[in-house]
Amino acid sequence: MNGGVIDTGLIDMILLAFLVAITWAIVRLRDLFGAVMLTGIFSLISACLFMVMDAVDVAFTEAAVGAGISTVLMLRTLALTKGRSEPHHNRLELGPLLLVVVIGAILIYGTFDMPRYGDPQAPVHTEMAARFIEQSGEEIGIPNIVTSVLGSYRGYDTFGETTVVFTAAIGVFLLLGVPRRGRRAGDALRNDIVLRISAKALIPLIMVFALYVQFHGDYGPGGGFQAGVIWAAAIVLYTLVFGLARAEKIFRRRPLELLVAGGVLLYGAVGVVTMALGGNFLDYDYLASDPVAGQHYGILLIELGVGITVAAVMVALFFLFVRRRQV
Amino acid sequence: MVDVGLYNYWAVIVLMMTGLYVVIARSNLVKKLIGLNVFQVAVIMFYISIGKVDTGTAPILEEGIEAYSNPVPHVLMLTAIVVGVATIALALALVVRLYGAYGTIEEDEIAEMDAAEEL
Repeated sequence: MNGGVIDTGLIDMILLAFLVAITWAIVRLRDLFGAVMLTGIFSLISACLFMVMDAVDVAFTEAAVGAGISTVLMLRTLALTKGRSEPHHNRLELGPLLLVVVIGAILIYGTFDMPRYGDPQAPVHTEMAARFIEQSGEEIGIPNIVTSVLGSYRGYDTFGETTVVFTAAIGVFLLLGVPRRGRRAGDALRNDIVLRISAKALIPLIMVFALYVQFHGDYGPGGGFQAGVIWAAAIVLYTLVFGLARAEKIFRRRPLELLVAGGVLLYGAVGVVTMALGGNFLDYDYLASDPVAGQHYGILLIELGVGITVAAVMVALFFLFVRRRQV
Repeated sequence: MVDVGLYNYWAVIVLMMTGLYVVIARSNLVKKLIGLNVFQVAVIMFYISIGKVDTGTAPILEEGIEAYSNPVPHVLMLTAIVVGVATIALALALVVRLYGAYGTIEEDEIAEMDAAEEL
């Protein structure tokens, strides 16, 4: 690259070195709370790295999921299991160490046959991806190629992934949905005036931003998955600051459960409608007289379905973990 | 531009193996899941590394731009992240239930209790 352009190769190497240092700290640390917080930092730096590698949509998702929702769920699990630190000594164990060194060496040996990082002539770029980049503008008519591939070319895949999210949520419902007696989680943060006021200012902005990410995903980075987790992050913040009782008054259990299923059903329904109109399952060309307009409607609807299910699943999972009482 | 060469893949493999080490060597179930999470992010990073093109930019069509990074790994990985958090939540729920049943989340202590019960 020419002068004046930021050297992304260097940034890439530095961020990766950070990540290696953080994982090393995770291995050495006996304090579980610290390890969970480090995982959150790990995710945030990963998101920066995805940004450097041009994967803007992935960076979005990782920042909201890794640094936000999964960290909160892990912390809640620690609180429920009274886990503070590991009881055993943290010395390096030779057997597992030998095993991962051998596997790692084999994998590194394998990379010698790979094209170098960033090689434009790598086989992975020349076949399917080249076609998507050249044709999606005409065929689908939206600028964000990631959304075109996600919503239309690989719509089956995305339907499958959404169903997996739904299924995992059913699993957690079954495991943690059983009511039990015990101490209810306190709303300790409610009395902190700085937190309360800044949360009140932030939450509407986060929610509006989530809607923007949802409906602008055709033109810029974004889409249903990202919007869903960002929207859920706003509710998680609300619940952390104002307590579960108030959050559950706004987001009642029954509608939330219906939304978990509703998003997947909307996605599937779009597929059934395209079949009724004479096309294949999820072939949006048939949704309007003009195929490109049909693609627009189709992607808008299925992204909405994805957004609804993902947001509802994340909020429901979080509520289940918080509702669970300590013994 | 610093030539990254294969460094990117190697660093990702180191991360992957560190995650795997935690999964195998630690007996605390939450720590195992943290290791699994690191492993998962490393795999995702490997795919995204493959998708990067030197002169490319984010795959959003724009006048005057000639090269884009590969959008296909991006699609596959962004859904994998959301599926990943849903499955980690399922695993954490299992940990919570195991604690309810055994009163501990150390794998070796759970195994000892099971062994004592069989005798």
